[in-house]
Amino acid sequence: MAEVALRRVVKRFDDVEAVRSIDLDISNNEFVVLVGPSGCGKSTTLRMIAGLEEVTAGEIFIGGDLVNDLPPKDRDVAMVFQNYALYPHMTAFENMSFGLRLRKFAKSEIRQRVEHAARILDISDLLDRRPKALSGGQRQRVAMGRAIVRNPKVFLFDEPLSNLDAKLRVQMRTEIKRVHQKVKTTTVYVTHDQVEAMTLADRVVVMNRGVIEQIGTPQDLYHHPKTRFVAGFIGSPAMNFLPCTLEQGASGLRVRISDTIDLPVPEARAARYRPAVGRDLMFGLRPEHLTDSRRSDRPAGAEVTVTLDVVEPMGMETMVFFTVNGTEVCGRVDPASAGAPGEPMRLHAALEHMHLIDPRTDQVL
Amino acid sequence: MIATTQAALAAPRGFGLTPSLKRNRRWALIASYVFLVLFAIFFLTPPYYMVVTSLKSDAEVAHMATNPWIVANGITLEQYKLLFTQTDFLTYFKNTAIVTVCVVVITMVVSVLAAFSLGRMKFWGSGILATGIFLTYLVPDTLLFIPLFQIVRALGLLNSYWSMVLVYPTLTVPFCTWIMIGYFQSIPKELDEAALIDGAGHMQLLMKIFIPVALPGIIAATIFAFTVSWAAFVYPMAFLYSADQQVLTVGTVTSLIRADVYKWGMLMAGALVAAAPPLIIYAFLMDYYIAGLTAGATKG
Repeated sequence: MAEVALRRVVKRFDDVEAVRSIDLDISNNEFVVLVGPSGCGKSTTLRMIAGLEEVTAGEIFIGGDLVNDLPPKDRDVAMVFQNYALYPHMTAFENMSFGLRLRKFAKSEIRQRVEHAARILDISDLLDRRPKALSGGQRQRVAMGRAIVRNPKVFLFDEPLSNLDAKLRVQMRTEIKRVHQKVKTTTVYVTHDQVEAMTLADRVVVMNRGVIEQIGTPQDLYHHPKTRFVAGFIGSPAMNFLPCTLEQGASGLRVRISDTIDLPVPEARAARYRPAVGRDLMFGLRPEHLTDSRRSDRPAGAEVTVTLDVVEPMGMETMVFFTVNGTEVCGRVDPASAGAPGEPMRLHAALEHMHLIDPRTDQVL
Repeated sequence: MIATTQAALAAPRGFGLTPSLKRNRRWALIASYVFLVLFAIFFLTPPYYMVVTSLKSDAEVAHMATNPWIVANGITLEQYKLLFTQTDFLTYFKNTAIVTVCVVVITMVVSVLAAFSLGRMKFWGSGILATGIFLTYLVPDTLLFIPLFQIVRALGLLNSYWSMVLVYPTLTVPFCTWIMIGYFQSIPKELDEAALIDGAGHMQLLMKIFIPVALPGIIAATIFAFTVSWAAFVYPMAFLYSADQQVLTVGTVTSLIRADVYKWGMLMAGALVAAAPPLIIYAFLMDYYIAGLTAGATKG
């Protein structure tokens, strides 16, 4: 168990700068998820913490010790890989005990640790099997067991659920959370799936193009994104963005989206937005804040009538898609009130959740 | 909906694709068997001829009127008895076995270490070095034996079967290294990363992970080194003169063919006994051999 700290860490592959001077502090026992699109530098960052990639510049500390020049085996970290990386010629027991055997642990201690980890992961019956005889989920449990038995300072997970089917992924996600609650250890988890990030993390680190866009709790990132990238990346379906102009109306600030649509800015946001009056901005609103007007009783809202292009029933809710000024917009409505494609529908915009983004800086105002 | 499903179920089955596929499969099988039988006859005829001839007496072999494909005058082991008692065949066999075991061991140690470093421990120039090793294999031994003769003579190993232990690896190491590079490269990179994080050094990584996982490739390479070493002809022909240093391939020929006198019975018996070890090894390890060669070929 230890803190992990990254100080101005840079990683360059020839001419490509994969990680551009990032700073990150991870507390003892914290579960931190690095999330971002492919090529954002999240896996490279994890591999630098593991010692599998050399650091081009900057410093990495584990438990207060500078580990830049330490090989992976001396960093006391354990890693779970996307493709499990189980040794195919060894049984589950041998796979889990490999690290302990290399470190010359006593046989009784090895057995005790492996059996304890197997009980936590519910794989006690599988210890004699080779990886070939295990299902994807079982293999991932063995891979986690291999990490747990080491009792390392830090757990590192590199997209561990990406190879599993959708149902198993949800199960294993819960399993990972349960294991972390039982085996309190500092954990760094990499994923491109923002749902995984939101559900697992104590704090989420959103990365893009080699830099950290924002660090925060899942709720913080969802409700208070700092950049357009974070606003669009967190949340599913993604936030709607529409070009707009901020105007001073007779009754207060208004966001003009088109000739026919202008929305009142809630009083609570007026002071924050007032300096931007008259500027071209980007209006952001999540689909879940664009709902059917019949069931909505929110006071700060505004109503718009749109013509539906596509209707996607999901069971407990229905996604409706329509266009505004050529931009596709998504709303989440009650299945009972969703119309058919081509029909008009009255929608309620919950403007207390709106965001205004400066398109020049991509910063949320 | 239900009516449609029932209609589909009631539709006549067995028409359409199924009979045509069956017919195609039957013809493919017939063609396969015909060609397999032809190949079997083609390849098994020489060994059959060797067995038959080795079981005949010299008198029957020399008698032109008898059918060469059958043993007409009774089976005899006289040729084998003469081979083992009247010639230096057992010395050749012993020399060949010593040379082959040494060559296989040297080849595998060098190839596995070379392939591991070239295939997995990426370093400056490793790619060029790997290609260079393969290119050396393309130089035929009929060209190499001239400069090698100078080296062997300078080392004082002319007319010593230990010179074979020195020169055969020039044939076996490049090819075996190439096979092993392909095999090692096909092993997922995460496996060594997992082992490194688990606490393994590079040597432990090789011994505990790579060698067990790459066993089919290692067996394929071993069989190749064994075959080359067991059957080499040019080098012993050039470097070995006396019977006590000679190996099977050259020794059998030089001692059993004198001018235009061919001791056919003993030649066939000697060839059969000489072919036995590779045959036995192939029979036991054929599956590994094919798996190893395939992996090297497709992912190398």
